[in-house]
Amino acid sequence: MKELVELFWLFAQIGVCTFGGGYAMLPLLQRELVEKRGWVEEEELMDYYAIGQCTPGIIAINTATFIGYKRKKLAGGIIATLGFVFPSIIIITLIAAFMRNFASLEIVSRAFSGIRICVCALITDAVLKLYKKAVIDKLSVGIFLVVLLLSLFTKVPSAVIVVAAGLFGYLTFKKGDKKA
Amino acid sequence: MMTAIKLYLEFFFTGLFAVGGGLATLPFLYEISARTGWFTNQDILNLIAISESTPGAIGINMSTYAGFVTMGIGGGILATLALISPSIIIIVMISKVLEKFRDSKLVQGIFKGLRPASTGLIAAAGLGVAKLALLHTGEGISLNIPAIVFAAALFACMKKWKIHVIAYIGIAAVVGILVGF
Repeated sequence: MKELVELFWLFAQIGVCTFGGGYAMLPLLQRELVEKRGWVEEEELMDYYAIGQCTPGIIAINTATFIGYKRKKLAGGIIATLGFVFPSIIIITLIAAFMRNFASLEIVSRAFSGIRICVCALITDAVLKLYKKAVIDKLSVGIFLVVLLLSLFTKVPSAVIVVAAGLFGYLTFKKGDKKA
Repeated sequence: MMTAIKLYLEFFFTGLFAVGGGLATLPFLYEISARTGWFTNQDILNLIAISESTPGAIGINMSTYAGFVTMGIGGGILATLALISPSIIIIVMISKVLEKFRDSKLVQGIFKGLRPASTGLIAAAGLGVAKLALLHTGEGISLNIPAIVFAAALFACMKKWKIHVIAYIGIAAVVGILVGF
């Protein structure tokens, strides 16, 4: 029970700090779950993100469910996910009820110009850590670059990219296996 | 009551068929709006702007807002729970399968391809944010020097002091209000 409360509280904090898409929660996951608590490995986070990209549902939710399940099975998956959406529900309900012009307030857009820069710095930090763990040989440098370029300059959906990369990983692995 | 059930189902299916980032839910919101008239296209534009400038994942925020416009506080909660229900079901099933096969050579091989790909996708998303935050993109593109200096300073602080991320976000918001990047 204590751990479920901790899961809820932790993911509520992560929800408050996530500005933007699901990738914006990554720096927090690394700090709170990998570095501070040792609940998951860096590699597992990458796996969750990859699977979350090509399965139904938005990435942030899928990742929260994955981690919650890993800690405390079904109950953990549900509690972590509810914790993550809890601040959204409160904040958005208040805004929808009382200040629908929220996004056009000057103070909000100014604050957000600063927050966006912070998100940049956080994601850079997060990506560098992932890169060290994931990009370890020539093959992985190649996959990383191809995916980065595809994602930046084409409209190929992420889900397709992820499935192709998984398939590619499997095939090269199989080939290596035969040689051995 | 009928509206509540319909609301739940509409957002359940959105959660089931929207794959990827939060903006993937957007086309579904337009369809729901056209089909039911619960909220207008103007509401949708407004909810995108609000969702992008508040904490929380964009897809979640958009659902809470759309549900609220439809049915008040209960509607916001219901739509959000509906959106996350399919994820929970599917991810729990995948987790169970992974538990069994995590160490199999097949799964290990797949992950070998997935991990650098996943890193590449996140790096691309990060560059997207960097473009918005660090460049002026009105007529022609130029560097937003104060923003770049601030980003570098924040990054250096993050490497040096492991304080809670929320503190950095708070500081950045205050500096943004004072300076206006």
